[in-house]
Amino acid sequence: MSDRPVGDRFRRFRDRLAGTAGGPDPTAGESHATSFRPDAPRSDAAAQAARLAPVPSGAPTQRRRGGRRGRGGEELTVPAAGFTSYYGRPVLKPPVWKWDIAAYLFTGGLAAGSSLLAAGGQFTGRPGLRRAGRLAALAAVGASTGFLIRDLGRPARFHHMLRVAKPTSPMSVGTWILAAFGPAAGVAAVAEAAPWLPEDGLPGLARRVLPPVGHAAGLAAAATAPALATYTGVLLADTAVPSWHEAYPELPVIFAGSALASGAGVGLLAAPLGQTGPARRMAVAGAALELYGSHRVETRLGLLSEPYRIGRAGRLLRAGRVLTAAGVAGALLGGRSRAVSALSGAALLAASVATRFGIFHGGVASARDPKYTVVPQRERLARRAAVQD
Amino acid sequence: MSPGPNSYYGPLDPAPDAGWSDAPPRMGFFTDTSVCIGCKACEVACKEWNDVPGSGLDLLGMSYDNTGALTANSWRHVAFVEQARPAGHRTPPFAGNPTGGSVSASSAAVAAGSGNPTGTDPGVPPGSPDAAARMAAGPSSDATPTAAGTQFLGMPGDGPPGRTGSAEGRTDFRWLMMSDVCKHCTHAACLDVCPTGSLFRTEFGTVVVQEDICNGCGYCISACPYGVIDQRKGDGRAWKCTLCYDRIGVGKTPACAQACPTESIQYGPLEELRERAAARMATLHDRGVPEARLYGHDPTDGVGGDGAFFLLLDDPEVYGLPPDPVVTTRDLPKMWKRAGLAALAMAAAAVAAFVGGSS
Ligand code: SF4
Ligand code: SF4
Repeated sequence: MSDRPVGDRFRRFRDRLAGTAGGPDPTAGESHATSFRPDAPRSDAAAQAARLAPVPSGAPTQRRRGGRRGRGGEELTVPAAGFTSYYGRPVLKPPVWKWDIAAYLFTGGLAAGSSLLAAGGQFTGRPGLRRAGRLAALAAVGASTGFLIRDLGRPARFHHMLRVAKPTSPMSVGTWILAAFGPAAGVAAVAEAAPWLPEDGLPGLARRVLPPVGHAAGLAAAATAPALATYTGVLLADTAVPSWHEAYPELPVIFAGSALASGAGVGLLAAPLGQTGPARRMAVAGAALELYGSHRVETRLGLLSEPYRIGRAGRLLRAGRVLTAAGVAGALLGGRSRAVSALSGAALLAASVATRFGIFHGGVASARDPKYTVVPQRERLARRAAVQD
Repeated sequence: MSPGPNSYYGPLDPAPDAGWSDAPPRMGFFTDTSVCIGCKACEVACKEWNDVPGSGLDLLGMSYDNTGALTANSWRHVAFVEQARPAGHRTPPFAGNPTGGSVSASSAAVAAGSGNPTGTDPGVPPGSPDAAARMAAGPSSDATPTAAGTQFLGMPGDGPPGRTGSAEGRTDFRWLMMSDVCKHCTHAACLDVCPTGSLFRTEFGTVVVQEDICNGCGYCISACPYGVIDQRKGDGRAWKCTLCYDRIGVGKTPACAQACPTESIQYGPLEELRERAAARMATLHDRGVPEARLYGHDPTDGVGGDGAFFLLLDDPEVYGLPPDPVVTTRDLPKMWKRAGLAALAMAAAAVAAFVGGSS
């Protein structure tokens, strides 16, 4: 575990203690009959001193909690609740998912949005949209698979996911959705190579067969795409993580919107200007869903909205909002400029990344602080007791 | 096998629901914390029998706790809480001893920041100092608190008791000790969300990880409402108490219960344990321990009742337990419905983007 001698951790605890709370000699015998009231303030003076006091460097500290209260002058709307927990430790285990799961939320949505764009292009005779959408979908779904496997504790066992199909496990459902979507998106993208093949011989046959096969595959991918984009909302919500779980009505909406907007972003970036009309409308629709959903999670959940407004998650979600607004404005107003279109496409993609990471970190923060576990559960118990009386 | 009406929520006998025919009676633990002496024999016995790696020996400043929390490398965790106690109508445990008090609210606040290199992820993350202080300050329901230490007065054993105390300076305090363990929930979120089928329901109604199947996806870790299951670093897989599946399968008692010298940990058929627990609580109430309460015994609670339940002497959160856990899959049907609606909206928006509009 550690090459430090046993007892070292405790000695450091004592040092930290001596450095705080006015630091009485641990064995000093003066009277300590500081009486206190049973409710909130109690020993918080000492606790506060303890928290604010400097801590020797290198010691595990409450550093990460630095930004917890009223960051940036933003006062808590919820009064600091007098909750308890075992040595203030989290009740839950915070997610062990690393950044790759947040990145997957983005690439999975991007794959779904682009394949819808591609299918639209395919049906309405906009080859530019179709090609961009199919290629982006394949790249994104490939990256998704990579991120998902990378995040496993035992990546070599990724295929164990295919042992079962369980509707109670959104991750299992998602695996099967990906298993349907991925090959379809792959075939659709490969079919885009047809025009480059020679005209005769076996390649010539492929040249003639690929487009219809690509069409069928593109259609299959587009049919699975909405499921791929929205199941991730259930993936996060079906956990004990307080701010994810309680946001279950909104998460799929945010993710659907974010997927549409990022797909539209691909169209704006890569398709010829004359074909981008649908992508612009898709950007507006996606942005509307995304902004509506994230506004709801930031305001509807009471205390559990707080993690989405403060700290890293708050900054990411605010950045996502600004980028979305910029992207939509560019998409609507920059119809005649290649550069503006491309910029707004890039802004929409960046917005989607920021939103996904924001939602991800908001949930992780809510699991790390026992306040978000204990206070809502206490309130629930109190409500139940009130009903029974 | 089709899911029964209560498969997601509500009272249920889990083994038959999971498809076992002729399942033996459901087995479980009743952990009576009122007789726990904090010897940690359970922790050691569990590690020995199940070959669980070490998880750090150092005291964390959390009284005698050197474990910190349940982790992949600690399947039993003995929690220690030291609280200043009001001298009420009954004699507090240390009355008359000029012990000079105990670990206090402020030292608990500092201890909240101690890390423990458990070799697991997320392991034992740091805590919130003011919540720690409130924990150590004791129950808030009592009317007249007496003096309590807000200074660090030495860990027990840090100096000879009584040497430095004066009579007025004395604090009466109590020790809460509790051996925590996986709850083997009736509705186990960890099991429901596991995408590999690694977690399964045994014929005894317990919940076990198959280490040859688990691929370390980590879903169970976020899903457990009790923060029990955890990932072992290097190894990458999720680990937790198996209720000694190998031992109970041959009629033996799990290692922890076998080792417990005070019968704080009792193993047996769940029905019988529930009766025993109710009787024990009644006895304690008679003897003037009104704060004794059962936790996790109720089949109508948010997880359908725990296979491992407890008798506690303070609020559950003081011991690090959630006060009202609810299995996340209770809301899963609603979640899928919402996702379905969002998917339809998405498809409709995409269609509209292409057919509506002139460019
Ligand atoms: S949900 Fe948590 S407490 Fe319940 S059986 Fe699973 S690991 Fe144990
Ligand atoms: S980490 Fe292992 S036991 Fe847990 S959900 Fe994933 S595969 Fe199942």
